[in-house]
Amino acid sequence: MKNNELITLSDDFLTVGDTTTPNEKIMESQDCCVFYDEAQALRNINLEVGKKEVLSLIGPSGCGKSTFIRCLNRLNDTIDSAKVTGKITLEGQDIYNSDMDVVLLRARVGMVFQKPNPFPKSVYENVAYGPRIHGMSESKADMDEIVETSLLRAGLWDEVKDRLNTSGTALSGGQQQRLCIARAIAVRPDVILMDEPCSALDPIATDRIEDLISELKENYAIVIVTHSMSQASRVSQRAAYFHLGHLVETDATEKIFGDPDHELTQNYIKGRIG
Amino acid sequence: MSNSSSNSSSITEIVNKGLKKRYRSEFMFRLYGITSILFAAAFLIVFFSSIIDKGYSAFTQGELNISIYLDPEIIDPDNTRDEEEIRYANYDKLVFDSLKNFFPSVSSRKERKELKALVSNGTSLRIQSLVLDDMSLIGKTLDLSVKLDSDIDMFLKGNVDITLDESQRRISDNQVKWTNELKTKGLISQKFNSTLFSAGDSREPEQAGVLGALIGSFFMLLITFIVAFPLGVAAAIYLEEFAPKNKFTDFVEVNINNLAAVPSIIYGLLGLAVFINFFGMPRSAPLVGGLVLALMTFPVIIIASRAALQSVPPSITDAALGVGASKIQTVFDHVFPLALPGMLTGSIIGMARALGESAPLLMIGMVAFVVDIPSTPLDASAALPVQVYLWADAPERGFVERTSAAILVLLFFLLVMNSTAIWLRNKFEIKW
Repeated sequence: MKNNELITLSDDFLTVGDTTTPNEKIMESQDCCVFYDEAQALRNINLEVGKKEVLSLIGPSGCGKSTFIRCLNRLNDTIDSAKVTGKITLEGQDIYNSDMDVVLLRARVGMVFQKPNPFPKSVYENVAYGPRIHGMSESKADMDEIVETSLLRAGLWDEVKDRLNTSGTALSGGQQQRLCIARAIAVRPDVILMDEPCSALDPIATDRIEDLISELKENYAIVIVTHSMSQASRVSQRAAYFHLGHLVETDATEKIFGDPDHELTQNYIKGRIG
Repeated sequence: MSNSSSNSSSITEIVNKGLKKRYRSEFMFRLYGITSILFAAAFLIVFFSSIIDKGYSAFTQGELNISIYLDPEIIDPDNTRDEEEIRYANYDKLVFDSLKNFFPSVSSRKERKELKALVSNGTSLRIQSLVLDDMSLIGKTLDLSVKLDSDIDMFLKGNVDITLDESQRRISDNQVKWTNELKTKGLISQKFNSTLFSAGDSREPEQAGVLGALIGSFFMLLITFIVAFPLGVAAAIYLEEFAPKNKFTDFVEVNINNLAAVPSIIYGLLGLAVFINFFGMPRSAPLVGGLVLALMTFPVIIIASRAALQSVPPSITDAALGVGASKIQTVFDHVFPLALPGMLTGSIIGMARALGESAPLLMIGMVAFVVDIPSTPLDASAALPVQVYLWADAPERGFVERTSAAILVLLFFLLVMNSTAIWLRNKFEIKW
């Protein structure tokens, strides 16, 4: 039903597109299209992700935000029916090109998911797993340091330093999500993708994650999918509005939430769609 | 206004009218459920009580306290202490002589035969081995507790109807009289039947035990597990996580499901043709039995393991891939450990089914009468379900209670296996 709707949309759907350019781009999507079997989920997405900035993807449910974010680290590869066309580059290199190793890509483009999904292992193991499989530490001391810095950066160290051996799943929801963030930054990625990271959390935990995102922006490029417009306006510098598989408008966050160019964006932020 | 109020009252009426019916159907459904559970429980109770009722008496065995004079004249008349000579001495006569001490009047050939048949014919072998172990016993008198013959034991346990004509029963009037006399003298007692757990099969019920079958079954299951579990789990992991989804894998999947439903005797025929006739493996050996049961359990393990793999939340796979784990790291570091308890449970339940299987074993010769206790999986051996089958078929009254006893041993074995499955699941299950 939803997919049929997508197909009936015409290709010359009127969009404003990406009118801004970040200072220093790190990832870029050119004419990216995604198909699930016959159904097209994304149409010609052109979008840039800048260094040291938070880009938020907003839009009604089923508009393709999550599909797009999963293209950026090729997690859509795990879905057999998904097919991606167009070009997505990471520092100029096409990530769908055969000489881009998907393991390396995912080490450079980390991801935090909607539902906190720590491994059912100890807190320490959760953070150490990524660096270990990539061979990022020479010794136990190295690894201890990586774990400590990652947890510090994720703002979780003080809460868990005395129980690094307890299971990651025994933490509270907000702590689990920060553990997932620590796990993602432990492999020192360039970009962190966040797919509705706060949708399963209470307001206090959400506040902490939002503060954390603002801090992390100093070192990483962050792409965040969110359903909360207030969250998007609080944490992001640029915002992109998706609608039924189209990227309707991308602009500075204040512009999108203040005076968007496109009628659909206006309708959405005023609560008429969604 | 009035329209709307009458409308709302009619809704209450409609709901009320239906409510009774709804509650009634719910009540009936519960009733059906409880009835069927009670039915099942009743059958189970009848089943168990019947087996226990028939089988418990096999755990005791009537024994006679007897003094046997190890007459040097009979054992070693020339006083050579030569092992060969001592081995072939007439121990039957020693046993007979000491029995005759109780009943000196016995003289006719028929009476002598009947008297001799009071005790198990394994008695003289037992004395022989005692003497061979310690030759200084010769010339002394041994006080022994020896097994009664199974027919006498059956009479003592009340399984012989002595009102029948003498020719209609396996125990003669003389034997009845003598047994009762010995009993009143307090020389006969029921003792724990350790032979049942320490001997292999025998033609004589009082000398038969399940140990050979138990060890045979154990070897078989060991081989089944060693062969079927790693292969089944590996096949499941490949099919579930790595195999491309195409017509061929669909075909393989359909066939695995079909294999799980193939009658077990077919696997026996396959084992006979492939393992014994083609590869020349020994007949009646637990090795072949184990391989046949492995073939049989293989599809069950694959199906259980795939279900266990599917039940691992995809968020874990996403998380591992998200930090840059390769497919194989994702599977072996995260998915497999989480699926392992489910795999083990499924496999052990599959093996428990294999343990109770007798049809395929008949085809590969495990129905043979094997007295020796196997010491390796290559030795000829019986298996518990086949032992049950053999004993159920035996004409001696003593095997009836032993059949039930063997079933109890088999059920106990199954209980242990299933408890292990539950224990393993709880031990490895990851608490979320």
